Amino acid sequence: MSDTIENIKKQINDNPILIYMKGTPQLPQCGFSAQTVQALMACGERFAFVNVLDNPDIRAELPKVGNWPTFPQLWVEGELVGGCDIIVEMYQNGELEPLVKEAAARANDGNEQPSA
Amino acid sequence: MNETIAMSIQASIEDKLQALEPDFLQVENESHRHSVPANSETHFKVTLVSSRFQGLMPVKRHQQIYAVLAEELSGPVHALALHLYTPQEWQSRGGNRPDSPNCRGGSQA
Repeated sequence: MSDTIENIKKQINDNPILIYMKGTPQLPQCGFSAQTVQALMACGERFAFVNVLDNPDIRAELPKVGNWPTFPQLWVEGELVGGCDIIVEMYQNGELEPLVKEAAARANDGNEQPSA
Repeated sequence: MNETIAMSIQASIEDKLQALEPDFLQVENESHRHSVPANSETHFKVTLVSSRFQGLMPVKRHQQIYAVLAEELSGPVHALALHLYTPQEWQSRGGNRPDSPNCRGGSQA
């Protein structure tokens, strides 16, 4: 397995809410990435992002990992949720926010010390 | 005998997607909305209605299309917007599909 694929798998495992996109959330470089990250930001939780334009190795290898050829890609708790069309549709019908909020809540629980 | 039929990418996409037995299929070339040369075939939008999508999550539906169009996606096609519905979902939407976003990047993005 290549280092890039191991790196991608680590990113997906370590970040409960992760978007691979073209550009950054502040300055998206593609209309599809812009729409998707806007929907994600509207959910009001912290998330990680990877700019695939700055990471050509990830851009080349990620499509094999998720069996998904295009960007953006939103991964939540290790699962590919979808690209622009799916995420925007989920946002509009109210499914995205609970998915993102629940993932964020579970991640926060995991980081806290168990109380006695 | 070697007969080559020059088929546009759009026609080839339409042809291959017949494998999903669509009730409705529309393939739109949206390349003119992006920073690519005139008459390019790089950005497409597909609206496809098929009972094959019954019971499938969105990611699985998209992956079925990606499998059928693997050749196009690994080569000339750069963006593929997919709007995939079951006949019931399509009917309840009244036959509407969302618009694609406008381009934000340069020719390399």
